Amino acid sequence: MMQHAPLFIVLLPVSAALLCMFFSRLQKNLGSWLVIASIVAAFMSAVTVLQQVIADGGKPIHYWMGNWQPPIGIEFVIDPISGILAVLITFISLLGALYSLPFVKDEGWLHVGGYYTLYGLMTVGMCGMVITGDVFNLYVFLEVMSLSGYGLIALGGKKSMLAAFRYLLIGTIGASLYLLGVGYMYALTGTLNMADMAVRAAEFLNYPLFALAVACFVIGFGIKMALFPLHGWQPDAYNYAHPGSAAFIAGCMSKVPAYAMIRFLFYMFGVDTPVVRAALDVLGILGVAGILLGSVMALAQYDFRRMLAYSSVAQIGYIAIGLAMGNMYGFIGAVLHIINHAFMKSALFFVIGGIQYRFGEVNIYRLGGMNKKMAISSLTVTFAALSMIGIPPTGGFFSKWYLLLGAYTGAEYFYIGVLVVSSLLNAIYFFRILEQMFIQREASLTEVHPHKGKLGLPVAMALPIAVTGIGIVALGFYSVDIVTDIIKLGLPEVLLK
Amino acid sequence: MEVLNEFLKTKGIYSLVMILFFLGIYGMVLAKNYMKKLMAMNVMQVAVIYFYLCFAQKDGGMIPVLDGITNNPNAYINPLPHGLMLTAIVVSLGTTGVALALLMRIKEIYGSVEEVEVLRRASK
Repeated sequence: MMQHAPLFIVLLPVSAALLCMFFSRLQKNLGSWLVIASIVAAFMSAVTVLQQVIADGGKPIHYWMGNWQPPIGIEFVIDPISGILAVLITFISLLGALYSLPFVKDEGWLHVGGYYTLYGLMTVGMCGMVITGDVFNLYVFLEVMSLSGYGLIALGGKKSMLAAFRYLLIGTIGASLYLLGVGYMYALTGTLNMADMAVRAAEFLNYPLFALAVACFVIGFGIKMALFPLHGWQPDAYNYAHPGSAAFIAGCMSKVPAYAMIRFLFYMFGVDTPVVRAALDVLGILGVAGILLGSVMALAQYDFRRMLAYSSVAQIGYIAIGLAMGNMYGFIGAVLHIINHAFMKSALFFVIGGIQYRFGEVNIYRLGGMNKKMAISSLTVTFAALSMIGIPPTGGFFSKWYLLLGAYTGAEYFYIGVLVVSSLLNAIYFFRILEQMFIQREASLTEVHPHKGKLGLPVAMALPIAVTGIGIVALGFYSVDIVTDIIKLGLPEVLLK
Repeated sequence: MEVLNEFLKTKGIYSLVMILFFLGIYGMVLAKNYMKKLMAMNVMQVAVIYFYLCFAQKDGGMIPVLDGITNNPNAYINPLPHGLMLTAIVVSLGTTGVALALLMRIKEIYGSVEEVEVLRRASK
């Protein structure tokens, strides 16, 4: 039973998601609880697997589908980093699934069942993408994630259709480019297994075709992770996504392709290859541009969700420059930032979803006096804002610290300047919100879903908000443990030299 | 002439496939109608499928069915890309289905699938 835990991470949610419609037909809420239960089980399997990996001193766990050995069979590989990302994804997914319950409460069975089906499938796609060890399997999971993502974005209301359709067009270009890159690599090496491909690609590392494949991967994943000039789909998509799922979409959907890119560039090809080095330089430039322009654009927004979307462009830039440094600290900073940012962004989207649920308001200049109406949410926003800016002891400080260390060891002082400037810009646009929430006089808001009581929101929504709020601080306190016990165990070999 | 022949023999089909791929992207960028954008997207996906099928091809190779007589793997064409592309075709079918469903809803909401018209009504 225990040795099948890696499989359960994807198998249970996919079964539950596919059965969800049927159970929803029988009883409206049965399907949603089935999906939530399966995500709990997936979370527990992910934790078990991660514990096992850590107990083994970071030795990756290989799971062979149907006991077909690689390179012929498809395998799941869980190393410390994909393990912690699987835990992260299932955890945020679990919180988001609970959080969505009040949003779909008044809808018919078709809406509830459809929503949770898509939600479950998106969890499956993301988990699969981080744990798979096969490049074509990764494409399939990428498409599972994207297709259910388009559906969830389209569920958000009238305007979301257009956002979802445009994301679909752009996202398909990304996926096709990835597939093309896989084709090149398959034609070169004759294998689809990641570990096998890494070995066999060694003799082709200076071929022009290899450079083309790397370019395809970088652009393909760049589109999916909303790297700066390819982020056009993202603000609309995050803005109009279904408010229940927006947190999960914004928190995890752009990080997973980032991790896939890390896998290709760091684990399979190695950063000491000239082509990959060049690709990382491009990533660095795009990351810097994304950080600056994303922060400036975020300043110009008055819609809370849109501001967060542009801030995501900037945060993806942090991850990109962390990778671009190509040394150990930069890498740790990038991975740590993936984890921290997933928490921060989910927390902020949970809060704005809650405000939207109760008051139907998303304009940041109409949030006055929110600290009295929704105390927990305001506290979470405070933690998340401090973490975004990078003030200790919140998690955001530590990922920025590692990025700074990386820039210092790599002698790339330009990145230090960019990080400082962008932190200041972050401070401007987040303190603007804190000022509105805590200092401005109370805005007159009409309650769409009136709620009395201390929490200010239904329990299913207040709980995820509180947990992510605590999580941000906890990630700060335990960041040393995360880095030394988990991330350092899974560092790619090239960085250890 | 020699050069041209050599080029057509080795790279000709791949060049055509790449032209098809970028024609698809070109169409997605420039078409003013969402339906045409969707069709251009399909062209792009088909180009990727062609690409896989092209490099699976082998001169004088036969269909990859083990008949018990020819046990030499070199006599067969590579079946794996074809298998992969079955999956990719299913994925592209799914994408097209989702896109068509979204287009129907867009048409319901905005009364048009012309980009200019939809954007004008969306900004109101």
